[in-house]
Amino acid sequence: MAKITFIQNDGTERVVEAEPGMTVMEAAVKNSVAGIAAECGGACACATCHVYVDEAWREATGTPEQMEEDMLDFAFDIREESRLSCQIKVTDALDGLVVRIPTKQF
Amino acid sequence: MSEELIKTDAVIVGAGPVGLFAVFELGLVDIKAHLIDILDRPGGQCTELYPEKPIYDVPALAVVTGQELTDKLMEQIKPFGAEFHFNQRVDTLERLDGGFRLTTDLGKRFECKIVIVAAGGGSFTPKRPPLPGIEAYEDKSVFYSVRKMENFRGRDVLIVGGGDSALDWTLNLQPVAKSLTLVHRRAEFRAAPASVQKMLALVESGDVNFKLGQVTELHGDNGQLRSVTVKGADGETFEQKTEIMMPFFGLTMKLGPVADWGIQLNENLIPVDTAKFETSEPRIFAIGDINTYPGKLKLILSGFHEAALMAQAAHKYVYPDKKLIFQYTTSSSSLQKKLGVK
Repeated sequence: MAKITFIQNDGTERVVEAEPGMTVMEAAVKNSVAGIAAECGGACACATCHVYVDEAWREATGTPEQMEEDMLDFAFDIREESRLSCQIKVTDALDGLVVRIPTKQF
Repeated sequence: MSEELIKTDAVIVGAGPVGLFAVFELGLVDIKAHLIDILDRPGGQCTELYPEKPIYDVPALAVVTGQELTDKLMEQIKPFGAEFHFNQRVDTLERLDGGFRLTTDLGKRFECKIVIVAAGGGSFTPKRPPLPGIEAYEDKSVFYSVRKMENFRGRDVLIVGGGDSALDWTLNLQPVAKSLTLVHRRAEFRAAPASVQKMLALVESGDVNFKLGQVTELHGDNGQLRSVTVKGADGETFEQKTEIMMPFFGLTMKLGPVADWGIQLNENLIPVDTAKFETSEPRIFAIGDINTYPGKLKLILSGFHEAALMAQAAHKYVYPDKKLIFQYTTSSSSLQKKLGVK
């Protein structure tokens, strides 16, 4: 199990437990974390599960592949630490991961 | 505005997998249907969101992509000759004696005896960037689509995005606009390579002004845009003058005008009974992801089941004097005749 912390725009934090193999988006949706809309259900087709990966975790989570980078064009307020949470696979190495949720997905 | 009036038995709102299969089930009980969809092709979310993604829970198909499923459904419903009306949204529903009149945003009108709402997650609508105060500019100086090119003639136009819509409109509006600025967060574009080439040539010749960055603020008065603040790739912000902005951030699903048809709603879903899948309004049915009932699962297969039961219940409205006898396609010669296999 990996613990993932979701930080809302107003600073409130939620820690959820995620099983390796699921995606960070799935961990959020399963635990009703606000602000992760995930309209397309994880097909990398809607850009409504946008998160900012905490600086300390950027290397561990890696960089977006081409498809994800393209889909990020449809998200708002993109930063270097932007990822689509449906494209981050949970592993034991991500235990303690911290991600921030944008003000609005759209 | 089209003055056309189409008279038919049933109008299906939404041409996703469940709307398509409804054509089949209605067809078996001799109910003719027209389908209306905001998208430009059948398949709904299956073809819009995940055409290439595998689906594993459609009975008897171990794996099928969204596009394949749509193609197979189109093949299956072919015998029933349903007519499709794409790129439009049903805006209004009026009650008539024994039916309804529906009008789309393109002005097409339908008179029908029953309505089947198979609108899935709702109508696909352009995403509104969460820029403070953007609502006040919409339809005045912020547009998500082009209805008339002439409205853009001689104006300063700013387009935001790097996909096909952004580039298509950059190419189409550049000749009529006074100036055209394209703002995109990166120097790569996910649009068709030919469009990218054309756009780059226009940037090269100085006919299109390309700015790397993201729009963060809007400035203007009374809905009239004067300029936007852009955060450049280097993190520095600058102001870009413009009269019109067109943001292209893809589509999202919104319930839309269905909410105004007098149907009882529950958190943007339509409650139905599980025997007929009829809404609070007689003759209006709701099937697929848009409906809700105890135990509801948003699965394509559930929508197919709902379509079958809906068609049995709808029969009495279209043929009040006829008794419906349940038959199997495997053995019924009359059903096989309808399917064109006998």
